[in-house]
Amino acid sequence: MISAHRLTKRFGEFTAVDAIDVEVRRGEAFGFLGPNGAGKSSTMRMIGCVSPPTDGSLRILGLDPATDGPSIRARLGVVPQRDTLDEELTVRENILVYGRYFGLSRAQVRAKADELLEFAQLTERANSVVEPLSGGMKRRLTIARSLVNDPELLLLDEPTTGLDPQARHVLWDRLFRLKRSGVTLVLTTHYMDEAEQLCDRLVVMDGGRIVAEGSPRELIALHSTREVLELRFAADDHTPYAAKVTDLAERVEVLPDRLLLYTDDGDATAAAVQGRGLEPLSVLARRSTLEDVFLHLTGRTLVD
Amino acid sequence: MSAVSTIARALPIPAGAGLARTLVERNARAFRHGWVTLVSGVFEPVFYLFSLGVGLGALIGDVDAGGGRMVEYAAYVAPAMMAAAAMNGAVFDSTFNLFFKLKYAKLYDSVLATPLGPRDVAVGEISWALLRGLLYSTTFLLVAAAAGVVHSWWALLALPAASLIGLAFAAVGMSVTTYLRSWQDFDYIQLALLPMFLFSATFYPLSTYDESVRWVVQATPLYHGVAMIRDLMLGDVAWGILAHVAYLVVMGVAGVLFAARRIERLLLR
Repeated sequence: MISAHRLTKRFGEFTAVDAIDVEVRRGEAFGFLGPNGAGKSSTMRMIGCVSPPTDGSLRILGLDPATDGPSIRARLGVVPQRDTLDEELTVRENILVYGRYFGLSRAQVRAKADELLEFAQLTERANSVVEPLSGGMKRRLTIARSLVNDPELLLLDEPTTGLDPQARHVLWDRLFRLKRSGVTLVLTTHYMDEAEQLCDRLVVMDGGRIVAEGSPRELIALHSTREVLELRFAADDHTPYAAKVTDLAERVEVLPDRLLLYTDDGDATAAAVQGRGLEPLSVLARRSTLEDVFLHLTGRTLVD
Repeated sequence: MSAVSTIARALPIPAGAGLARTLVERNARAFRHGWVTLVSGVFEPVFYLFSLGVGLGALIGDVDAGGGRMVEYAAYVAPAMMAAAAMNGAVFDSTFNLFFKLKYAKLYDSVLATPLGPRDVAVGEISWALLRGLLYSTTFLLVAAAAGVVHSWWALLALPAASLIGLAFAAVGMSVTTYLRSWQDFDYIQLALLPMFLFSATFYPLSTYDESVRWVVQATPLYHGVAMIRDLMLGDVAWGILAHVAYLVVMGVAGVLFAARRIERLLLR
């Protein structure tokens, strides 16, 4: 679906995307993970054929965006980071008009609008103007709108940023359904739970480069341990404590408010910590998550 | 590859998918929710016509419409009001409305994610401005005819002529808008429009000016628009009118191409 080789985007002196290689296969859900400014959105804009690459090669659906932009865009769905709904139109008109931009007939867009409003649970708000809708509703409408042309590839730039937990779960459910129906999903996020929920494969970006690649499970296995033990001490600076436990775990990470001990058996490590006479305020042994991988890869003070 | 697309690629014409009409459709839908702007566009030139043409005209009497032909002042000033209204309507649409869509509503960000390209945006927006303008000028022409200040059937051609004025100003207005940073910058546009409105041989003949400054007036686009429509409404048509047409066509085509390039530069980075 997407094949990028040494894909690069520069704005003047600033390199937003630095020679990345990406392959996305049909039917998968692929994620770009990274902190703000990592180059995720620039990459998405290049894939969406609204930003010409500075260097490298990029092929989408087997076509070249430089020459076939309109034909590629005709087969894409795009959910931008910020909702760009048409506030001068009603909910239903947003879908109708957007469908017309794809050259669909009036009859086609009418049928499609009813179907998509149902899908986005917005049928009752069909004739409302956009402005008073809640954040979750606007997001669902943006997604519904992006599906008007039955896209083969759906690009979602931070689809659930700024939504409350209920709204996020509704959206995830909709995205799962799309994936099951065969739509290829490419999304960016900085929510680790979202990446773990939705992505078959992902890359972690930092400073315009790809720093890791794989399935969520592979990334955890490769860049983290099975479990993580979190220790919180009654101190403003946890660094001195790190030195005292550094040999008890594969790796110790110092956060402002706690220590993270990367270990294969959290409970055993907790017992060992207590065996040394240390008395943390709180002790939590948990499974390793993508967040640990992410923090590890995209920078923290590390104490090995 | 077809010959047409080869040529299109060689020329500096920004990309488009030939779907500009769908943007016109979008504007028509949005317009239904805010039709009140229509009223001001219709009434502005009508108010001018009655205030200046009929009211002030009663004090002035007849004026020389060129070549020694005397007409009543209302008939003299009506074509100028129609031309100026075409200019103002087009500029308003392509500056205020466009700036809002470009900077605040972010309309084109979502439009350009579809097959539409920057050329479609430029052509679509300008076409819409022209359609609205046509509605205004048709109403004005009817009112002017009813007031008895239209002297010739040539006046029917004043409708496409007003659209041509609209094209020229909308295209340039759109280009200018892509450079504006904030609402304060709109004062510069007013600074350009107002003197043109007052001095482009709108209210009195070009012969009023001293020879040495006439060329300045003749260099402005509104002068050509006013002269063109005045010739048509007074039935005073000669080959010379084509010079006015040519001026405005060149301005319009160059403006559309430039505006599309600017949209491309701004949004497809």
